[in-house]
Amino acid sequence: MAFYDQLFDTLGLRAWCDAGGTGGGPMTMAELLAKSSGNSGAEEKPTPLLETPFPSLDALNAACPSVTRTRDMTDGVENAFLAIKDPLKFVLDPITQPLSWALNGSLEMFETIPWFILIPLLGLLVWYAARSMALVAFVIGSFLFLGLIDHYIYAVQTLSIIFVCTLICIALGVPIGIAMSRSDTMQRISIPILDMLQTLPTFVYLIPLIFLFSVTEPKLYGIAIILYAIVPVVRLTDLGIRLVDKDVIEAADAFGMTDRQKLWGVQVPLALPNIMAGVNQTIMMSLAMVVIASLVSAPGLGVLVLRGIRNLELGVGLVSGFGIVLLAVLLDRVTKAALGRINKSQKA
Amino acid sequence: MSDTPIISIKGLYKIFGKDPQSVIDLVKNGMGKDELLERHGHVLGLRDINIDMSPGKITVIMGLSGSGKSTLIRHLNRLIDPTAGEVIVAGEDVLTYDEARLRTLRRETMSMVFQKFALMPHRTVLQNAGMSRIVRGQDQETADREGAKWLDRVGLGGNHGQYPHQLSGGMQQRVGIARALSSDSPIMLMDEAFSALDPLIRTDMQDLLLELQEELHKTIVFITHDLDEALKLADHLVILKDGAIVQQGEPQHILLNPADPYIEDFVSDINRARVLRVRSVMQPWQPNQHAFAGTVDQNDTLEHLIELSGGDTNFTYKVESKGHEVGILEMRDLVRALVPARPANGDGPAAR
Repeated sequence: MAFYDQLFDTLGLRAWCDAGGTGGGPMTMAELLAKSSGNSGAEEKPTPLLETPFPSLDALNAACPSVTRTRDMTDGVENAFLAIKDPLKFVLDPITQPLSWALNGSLEMFETIPWFILIPLLGLLVWYAARSMALVAFVIGSFLFLGLIDHYIYAVQTLSIIFVCTLICIALGVPIGIAMSRSDTMQRISIPILDMLQTLPTFVYLIPLIFLFSVTEPKLYGIAIILYAIVPVVRLTDLGIRLVDKDVIEAADAFGMTDRQKLWGVQVPLALPNIMAGVNQTIMMSLAMVVIASLVSAPGLGVLVLRGIRNLELGVGLVSGFGIVLLAVLLDRVTKAALGRINKSQKA
Repeated sequence: MSDTPIISIKGLYKIFGKDPQSVIDLVKNGMGKDELLERHGHVLGLRDINIDMSPGKITVIMGLSGSGKSTLIRHLNRLIDPTAGEVIVAGEDVLTYDEARLRTLRRETMSMVFQKFALMPHRTVLQNAGMSRIVRGQDQETADREGAKWLDRVGLGGNHGQYPHQLSGGMQQRVGIARALSSDSPIMLMDEAFSALDPLIRTDMQDLLLELQEELHKTIVFITHDLDEALKLADHLVILKDGAIVQQGEPQHILLNPADPYIEDFVSDINRARVLRVRSVMQPWQPNQHAFAGTVDQNDTLEHLIELSGGDTNFTYKVESKGHEVGILEMRDLVRALVPARPANGDGPAAR
């Protein structure tokens, strides 16, 4: 005798209920417990009013087998996804294939360049972006240190993934941000999607992606990282362009600039500090995601962290974790220094 | 010279709100600003504006904040579209222009100077000054040449490589003027161009503008809330109040014959001796009797004459313009003109 029997009886739905499923399928844990306690023969006491169960799908199912159970519902979601999986894969696979190539190519490139060339090259890049000798020394010192403790190749792999993913985030995110800044409708549509991408637990991205692509493919983690890390660059591009001084825009109009001249000659350059702040955040977020992505075969420092967790090798976990922090700090400092240089040249 | 107007605004109305067309007839039938806002939720920006602007002259539009003057000037290059009316520039109605034609107008016929300078902060002074040329599609060399020429002209020859934020306000506005001049457009719109500058620099800039105008003869539309500035610059003065024109005409004439109490209030604080000129208070020339104490030019200020006469009101001066006698000035008339004319006095200062 279930609690909600009365309800279905008074609604006159008893016939419909009994016509429904016979309760088949595997037993729930509650049913199993009830059975094993062995008092199935004993007379059930009526449930006191204070213990009224929430009318959840499972509780209703106990009274009326026609109502689906919660686990049937999640099964349904899974089946629906599996049903659209193949057509989805048919479309997404070729589109995302270049991502695999880019990730593989970049990984190969970073790994084949010998360390005694790559480290000075990175130093040069930092000098070009930040014009700070201290920062160059810091970056070179960090990589030499990582090399000394045999983490160099892992760090370079992580760097390679971030490099590719950040470039793609910028290439996709800036145009989306520009589109959002020009159309309020576009902004209204995009913001909930961006909110969702940002708040959805990172593991949840991975599950459907595993179904879609094979776990060995690099694009699997590439997509996960890009989806997670693209948000700040989109948001800050939109914001940056919307914040450009109205007077300057009016002047651009008054001198007869075309929309394109205005966008590339005025709006984007003036939004650059904000866009760069977005790029900085994007890099930080892809670094956070690259560790989680090692669950799905992303190489790099994340693999070591994972090994530390899996085998309870405390030292391995801590040292590789420190390596990631080091990478984060130097990426952050370099992008911030570049941002500072832009800011200084166009202080209003 | 001032035969046909180059800019002519006819029956211009601007109403801000959700559906301006629905209330335009009410406004045309005389509904006031307050009633319109209260009953229909629309804001009256401009009401029945008619102005003719002569080529090569400075037309000053003056009004307090909220009078619609900045809205009005933006109708000329259609940064704002009117609700009703016509804006005719060089014989063509600007409102019929499509986007491409409008862009050409903004690039080649009208340039603009802004109150807050609105320079491109990420470009150098020289790039800013040559901007209009680049926008027009000309090469960098032309832009730099034109930019440099006008920067030198406004006294910023040595600042080419600097960024706007490194300059003082007055210097930034000089860049703004150079930017407008380098487009070589016959019409210049100046939206409170000097209002953000401090008084001494403002005077400098006014002098600079008059000096440039002497040789360039542009058609300038100048917006200001400062009557002294308006009187100093204007060939034709338009006074706006609550979106409508209260009075327009030759500034000296407005000063001597204010049309309503609002303008009387306005002009009562003015140093009339400095603003009024001999030609506005002299009697017509009669070739006879007088013994003249001296000869003055018709454009001398009354202040100059008071200084010249040492304050003696018995003197009479001969007034000349370019070597010809044009009038007689009695110091008594001059002194009378210094006091605002409250009651209508028939024999007072010669008005047109």
